[in-house]
Amino acid sequence: MGNAAIKANGLIKWFGQGETKTTAVKNASFEADFGELLYIVGPSGSGKTTLLSMISGILKPNEGSVLVEGKDIWQMKSDDIADLRLHKIGFVFQDYHLFPRLTTVENVAIPLILKKMQWNEAIRVALEYLDIVGLKDRAQLPPVKLSGGEQQRVAIARAIAGQPDILIFDEPTASLDGDTGKKIVEFIKTKILNPDRCVIIVTHDNRIYEYADAIMKMEDGKITDFERNTQQDA
Amino acid sequence: MSGILKIALKLLVNDRSKFIALLVGITFAVFLMIMMMSMFSGILARSSASVYNIGAKIWVMDPAVNNATSSIPMPDYVLSKTRSIDGVKYAVPIYFGNALVKLKSGAYQAVSVIGLDDATLYGRPELIEGKIEDIYAESAFFVVKDAEFKKLENPVIGTEFEINDHRGLVVGLAKVATGGLFGIPTVYTTYNRAITYIPSMRFTTSYILIEPKSEADIPFIQQQVKKLGYQALTRDQFVGKISDFYTYQTGMGMNVLMMTAISFIVGLSISGQTFYTFILENMERFGALKAIGAKGHELVTMILFQASFTALLGYGIGVGLASGLMILAKLRLPSYAAQVTYFNLTFAFFMVLIMAGVSSYIGVRKVLQIQPFDIFRG
Repeated sequence: MGNAAIKANGLIKWFGQGETKTTAVKNASFEADFGELLYIVGPSGSGKTTLLSMISGILKPNEGSVLVEGKDIWQMKSDDIADLRLHKIGFVFQDYHLFPRLTTVENVAIPLILKKMQWNEAIRVALEYLDIVGLKDRAQLPPVKLSGGEQQRVAIARAIAGQPDILIFDEPTASLDGDTGKKIVEFIKTKILNPDRCVIIVTHDNRIYEYADAIMKMEDGKITDFERNTQQDA
Repeated sequence: MSGILKIALKLLVNDRSKFIALLVGITFAVFLMIMMMSMFSGILARSSASVYNIGAKIWVMDPAVNNATSSIPMPDYVLSKTRSIDGVKYAVPIYFGNALVKLKSGAYQAVSVIGLDDATLYGRPELIEGKIEDIYAESAFFVVKDAEFKKLENPVIGTEFEINDHRGLVVGLAKVATGGLFGIPTVYTTYNRAITYIPSMRFTTSYILIEPKSEADIPFIQQQVKKLGYQALTRDQFVGKISDFYTYQTGMGMNVLMMTAISFIVGLSISGQTFYTFILENMERFGALKAIGAKGHELVTMILFQASFTALLGYGIGVGLASGLMILAKLRLPSYAAQVTYFNLTFAFFMVLIMAGVSSYIGVRKVLQIQPFDIFRG
């Protein structure tokens, strides 16, 4: 530990002005290390998603800084931030946001195509990642033909296909039953996480807390607790 | 094709209902625009048929003449004066008129009569049967074998008819480049026979056809004719004058313009609305692409490609359908007046580009507004 993938310093984010001003994140500072599975947990409206958006280069904070692998991303130009997201960060959205008009393998190939890889090569590589998540035989199906758990795995394959150093999951188990949710997180822990990768999961599903290396609790926009599982580290 | 464009294409084409609705909208608009403009072009070309078929370089006429069939006869001195203008190689009179012929069956049929200068037969049509010198035979006429030919009961050389109680004899069959506008057969005879057979006003010269010594002489000739109180127009100027008459003074041009505008608006409404719905339904996906790392200009490229692809495909199908229908119509109705011109194609293409541009603009605005953060918020 100690090698920070993401370092957030004094992040503050508010929305609206005057009487409608709402501060979603209040002076949040933390570090997420390579090789670590970090959970951001808390009730709805506690600022988890806003914090996640700021550390992944999607939402600009009003104050504070975010260092991704040592680079202050909010000092970069917008195209450079987009490049950083493409090359360094993989996303698995809560609703997956798969493209229903593309096949499963084409969905997985999207980050590779955005990286200017040739179509055929991108499809070939995407197939390998589909194999990793155990869905190679479903490659030519549209995502709507897959179950919720399978769609989740396609979204994971898409997120890891670009070989990002940081993976961000937004409520990965929210729309899955308990068993499938556990299997997905187990899969992330055993197959996706590695010493050169940091995985951050936003969740309020306490059934999967046991897999975390670190848990950061948020409430009312503030980080109220940050606990590392030292037993696992040892 | 680059990968991002391939994704854009698949997103578009695989959404079949929207893609078909988009295509139908653009195809329908292009089809209507091409049909309307082609019919109008065909009518304009037919209205100038005589001018093209006679082929003279300069036409002298009364300034009030606004189309070839409504000539205002000129006195003979105009011909003499014209012949004496420097730069005129030769000048000949031509007669344009209409008459009723009584056919062998006893039926009457209106015909257009062109009387060619007796000495030179300048402006004569190309014969497909018969000999040119036979025009000098007694009561001789050439009949133009065009779409209206059968209205004269398919005459052959030797067929007789009556024209204003005079005997008429078919001595040749001719072909011309362009058929007339009014759906009546055309016959040629000599100038003197024409003015003898057909009741005329005091003056008989419909037009004077001039062959200049050189192209450079044309402005001077026009100037001198103007001094006589008449107008000398080149072939293209005369065609332009006729086109202007039909376009601006008959209401046809305005009707065609309105129909074309309506077609455009209908096409724009359908394609714009459908494309907008398509973009709205894919907003989350575009947002997801942004979150993954797609840049704004890449999303704009995708949308422009989708709009252009649909527009060009719709344009091609629309032009193909319109052309196919015109070919079918001409097979059934040989006198059907419609022609696809480069102007029509270019105009319709320009209109389709506007449709694609407007549709893209709406889409691009929406897509650039979406923030990846909205995707996280759900």
